[in-house]
Amino acid sequence: MGLTAIEKILARTSGKDVVRPGEVAVCKPDMVLHIDLPMAIEGAWYKPKKIFDVERVAMIFDHAVPSPTIKDASAMAEGRRMAREFGLKHVYDVGRHGIAHVVAAENGLARPGELLVCADSHTCASGGLNCAGRGAGIPDTLQAMTKGIVWYPVTPTIRYEFTGAMNSMVCGKDVFFHIAQTWGGHGNTSIEYGGSGLKSLTVADRRTIATMSAEVGAEFALFDYDELTADYLQGRLDRPATPAQADKDADYLDVRTLDLADVEPYVVLPDAIPKNGRRFSEFKDTVRIDQAFIGSCANGLIEDLRVAAAIVRGRQVADGVRFIVTPGSQAVYLQALREGLVETLTEAGAVVTNSTCGACLGYHMGVLAPGEICITASPRNFKGRMGSHDAQVYLGSPATVAASALAGVITDPRRAART
Amino acid sequence: MSENNKLVFSGRVWKFGDLINTDLIMPSKAFRLPKHEQHTLCFEAVRPEFAREVKPGDIIVAGENFGMGSSRPIGEVMRSAGIVAVIAESINGLAMRTCVNSSLPAINCLGASDLFNDGDIARVDFLSGLIENLTSGKSVQTHPMAPLLAEIVAAGGVVPMLVKDGYIHAEPFNASSS
Repeated sequence: MGLTAIEKILARTSGKDVVRPGEVAVCKPDMVLHIDLPMAIEGAWYKPKKIFDVERVAMIFDHAVPSPTIKDASAMAEGRRMAREFGLKHVYDVGRHGIAHVVAAENGLARPGELLVCADSHTCASGGLNCAGRGAGIPDTLQAMTKGIVWYPVTPTIRYEFTGAMNSMVCGKDVFFHIAQTWGGHGNTSIEYGGSGLKSLTVADRRTIATMSAEVGAEFALFDYDELTADYLQGRLDRPATPAQADKDADYLDVRTLDLADVEPYVVLPDAIPKNGRRFSEFKDTVRIDQAFIGSCANGLIEDLRVAAAIVRGRQVADGVRFIVTPGSQAVYLQALREGLVETLTEAGAVVTNSTCGACLGYHMGVLAPGEICITASPRNFKGRMGSHDAQVYLGSPATVAASALAGVITDPRRAART
Repeated sequence: MSENNKLVFSGRVWKFGDLINTDLIMPSKAFRLPKHEQHTLCFEAVRPEFAREVKPGDIIVAGENFGMGSSRPIGEVMRSAGIVAVIAESINGLAMRTCVNSSLPAINCLGASDLFNDGDIARVDFLSGLIENLTSGKSVQTHPMAPLLAEIVAAGGVVPMLVKDGYIHAEPFNASSS
């Protein structure tokens, strides 16, 4: 039996020819991303005495930038000190910052066929570029950046074969919602995405789907590498990368075919994602919203901002609704400025914020009050995720969020389509 | 209570349902509390009495996808509260690593929800995979913990291992808040 692409990456980085489900692989990471939050959580961080490879540890500030509290400011001061002490080669301080997964993709740190470690649960975002990353913890990251090792249980893998192409006003986010609705949780399994329909999915859509895979409990989530991946990475990699490709006789737990043309826009109800979505064709509730949010590692890309701007252009955000748009990185912000998207969104009554994880985790820049309702294009809708435990968080695509911001109620984006 | 340091624990059960996520185990407002106070918000939204009534040696029994969510240090927080073991129908992969790396042993066990009621006394042997309800006398056999993971738990977690080998400083870094 052959190997899946994920098994190949785990085998290579653990110095073996073959790994199989049931084993625990002890791997050498190709890249470690260090973010600000672990240093800001009281008692969670320990200063390193050694760094295993200063070329392979990147410092990226994202969760709380610019610092909203003295504690966050002190955490990032320690990060800067550490970067100087060891001479880290990849440092993305305030001004070059952004959400780690977005910055890593933009700057060639998430490399095809390689293994990336970061103490953030959406590290699987790198899978959109054929780079294996599963969310790790703070001790994992400490061990990875100092000793250069990280352990992973080798799990069975489920493969999705995409066919066809998405309809208008359907986003990559909806493709993920469709998977979560149809097949539910994917705990203790990895996911590979490929198939003839892949060519119709932009790299941005792939990054959204890979990021969201954490929300069905997947271990690794990896897209096949193709010409679109190569085009995106053109000029971003400072050394050649070798994409990982599954063997033809790879051993999958299941292979599932999904026609992208069958996917409708979805809304996901509060508190959980798997099997908690509704197709808009069967969603008849009138849900008034207080806040609409587009941002995060899942939907803070330039493509997401373009979708939002196209929907709100020349229209106005509904009275009583706060529409917050957070670009995923400084590079996305700058691109949005150049394309006039910031102007379009601001004229419509949206607030375009600095790039940060911010509102997604209820940390700053868009925290919800008790009783408030938010529709968000970010990864999570847990109780209390974006602020008060008594607030409700619905999930949608950037198109759904923009359409809802205009209407003041959760709205099928197809109703906002321009004729 | 540990028996002979063989990763065998017995204790009172706190039973939870499915989809207990990281934000319920450790809300983000706990990030800003001193480490020894962070567990006072543990499970606040779903079982507000937990922090008050949990005793050292207690055991968590949960349903599907326990610990779904973020990288926050839920293992440390549950251990600070006094929890010595986690048994669930399924444990999220990131939660499993966060617990094991913090020396809080955790194990997947199909049938755990049916085996226990809240307040029962559980006995769990991580190296053999035998999960017993000492109150009812019933038991379930599950897959034992992988040897590498058991070694990390027995060593006190990744941090003491890294301290011992000279990779990190022994005292935690605490960012100033004033």
